[in-house]
Amino acid sequence: MADSANSARGDLKLTRITKSYGDFTAVDDLSLTIPEGSFFALLGPSGCGKTTTLRMVAGLEEPTVGSIHLGSTDITFTKPYQRPINTVFQNYALFPHLTIFENIAFGLRRRGIKDVDEAVNKVLGLVELPHLAQRKPTQLSGGQQQRIALARAIVNRPALLLLDEPLGALDLKLRRQMQIELKWIQKEVGLTFVHVTHDQEEAMTMADTIAVMNEGKIEQMGSPADLYDNPETAFVANFLGQSNLIKGSLVGTDGDSLIADLFGQKIALPRNRSHAVDSSILAGIRPEKFRISLLQTPTSGNVLSGGKIEDVSYIGVSTQYQVMMPWGQELMVFEQNDDGVAPFRIGDPVNISWEPIFTFALRGDEDAEAGTEVMPEDLDEE
Amino acid sequence: MKKIRTPYLLILPGFAFLLTFFVFPILSLAQVSTATPVSGGDIDDFEQTFRFRNYLEAFLDSREHFGRSLIYALLATLIALLISYPLAYALAFKSGKYKNVLLVLVVAPFFTSFLLRTVAWKQILGEEGFVVPTLRSLGLISDSTTLTSTAGAVILGMAYNFLPFMTLPLYASIDRIDPRTLEASGDLYANGFTTFRRVTLPLSMPGVVAGTLLTFIPAAGDYVNAELLGGPNNSMIGNVIQSRFLIPDYPTTSALSFTLMAAILIIVVIYIRKAGTDEVV
Repeated sequence: MADSANSARGDLKLTRITKSYGDFTAVDDLSLTIPEGSFFALLGPSGCGKTTTLRMVAGLEEPTVGSIHLGSTDITFTKPYQRPINTVFQNYALFPHLTIFENIAFGLRRRGIKDVDEAVNKVLGLVELPHLAQRKPTQLSGGQQQRIALARAIVNRPALLLLDEPLGALDLKLRRQMQIELKWIQKEVGLTFVHVTHDQEEAMTMADTIAVMNEGKIEQMGSPADLYDNPETAFVANFLGQSNLIKGSLVGTDGDSLIADLFGQKIALPRNRSHAVDSSILAGIRPEKFRISLLQTPTSGNVLSGGKIEDVSYIGVSTQYQVMMPWGQELMVFEQNDDGVAPFRIGDPVNISWEPIFTFALRGDEDAEAGTEVMPEDLDEE
Repeated sequence: MKKIRTPYLLILPGFAFLLTFFVFPILSLAQVSTATPVSGGDIDDFEQTFRFRNYLEAFLDSREHFGRSLIYALLATLIALLISYPLAYALAFKSGKYKNVLLVLVVAPFFTSFLLRTVAWKQILGEEGFVVPTLRSLGLISDSTTLTSTAGAVILGMAYNFLPFMTLPLYASIDRIDPRTLEASGDLYANGFTTFRRVTLPLSMPGVVAGTLLTFIPAAGDYVNAELLGGPNNSMIGNVIQSRFLIPDYPTTSALSFTLMAAILIIVVIYIRKAGTDEVV
């Protein structure tokens, strides 16, 4: 089976992929290049098309339009078993009738490799479960099954490893631990990992590059820091962490900065963080970038005055405030509890300030609520 | 104490039923099997003489029929398996919203009597049916060839009659397979055939074992198909038992019944050991 598709190596390239089911378009004219050796995350809410994209790369679905290349080889219509690509399935999909050893050896044996002992034992060591070789999958805990599913895929040393919400079934603590382990294993084996998840924290912890997907399209792609600090759309700004988005308009420039008017108050923002197409903008500031001060305290940088504390939630490392602004919008502010100052109280009149560099600007016609919450009916789709 | 008594109370009706309708008749059968006719008595008078030679004589007289029964039952089981497996697979994975309708169709033959359906087949395959003249006019069979009174008709009749007993356990077993394990197999370099051999078939083994047993056991003891669709050379052990019973030769009938039960029991035990169903989760 050493045909050309199976030995392909290189970057994964999706070119203008569309996948439709009747009237429903799951993936809409998507183009994407995933560099060899990277840890890449496809992040988005349920039903955004990320799992469909992954299944097309695995060969479990065929695109309606478009092509998929691995290196220079066109794999768009090759069968799953002809691709040097392995998948860690969402529910692990281990073979219940085979021992853990035989589960892991399955791919090696199918490729005609006779002596599998060394490779299987080595990968069992890598996932730290060598003592479970002779058990059946049902005798293992969820976390152990997850590791075996990973071992069963990476033992084949595929050009590309696909992970479909691999940690979704684990409890929070185990998930955090597995995120760190997965990242370590990816470095150790040096394979290209493509990870599909709806958990933004998981994507940010593990991936070098994240593509945020929404309604079958890629909203934005970049490093976790890029996406967080310089989101290009309201969906990205809200889906990755939280954002305060304030309506305003661009009124001038000052060197590398743009000057914006937010309900009569002037602020500055870096030119390279503006994604506006005209003067109408949504100015965005992450809640932890804000500083709150009482009216008489001097402030520097951008200042919005006339706020009033609406709500205070103390959550240990930080205190979260809701501040009502004069134009009737509530802003979210996270203050670290590191200065020994007593928290502000509900009703305190305050100013809000921040460094201009932490401001980004989105198109003014965007829906400021996009990506803030996933509707319950969307959860059932996948 | 109530906790311990409840399970026993629950099995009581079943136990009473089996005692009345299985244990007593079996004991009666055992008792008759070693009896001999009363000299000078009526034709249906037998007395217990513990004549175990009855077994040997009965077996030696009907060796041929025993052999034929096992071979016919085996072939009917194989044919039913080959027809049912793809059917059950399609029902489980490909039938979509028509699943329930198709399941009803699988059991629909049970709505009419087994006997009537076999008589119907006798008509269809007989000289007066449309099949034989059609095949003759097409030149596929000679004028002297018949379809009834053949081993093929008996075997196909049994395969037809016991098909739902094969299909339903297979369906239940295949339906339980997570289709994602089949996707995983494809993902791990197995083509369609290898996936079937290495994943689908092993995972459906409980259904294969149950279906083959549910087909083979009644087929081995069947006499209706051989009676209606077979000729004198296709008699099975069931036909011998029936004809002896009508004489009436109760001791031989009982001895043959016991021998058949023992033979089936031995075959089933060996089969289950070989198939190793406990290996499959």
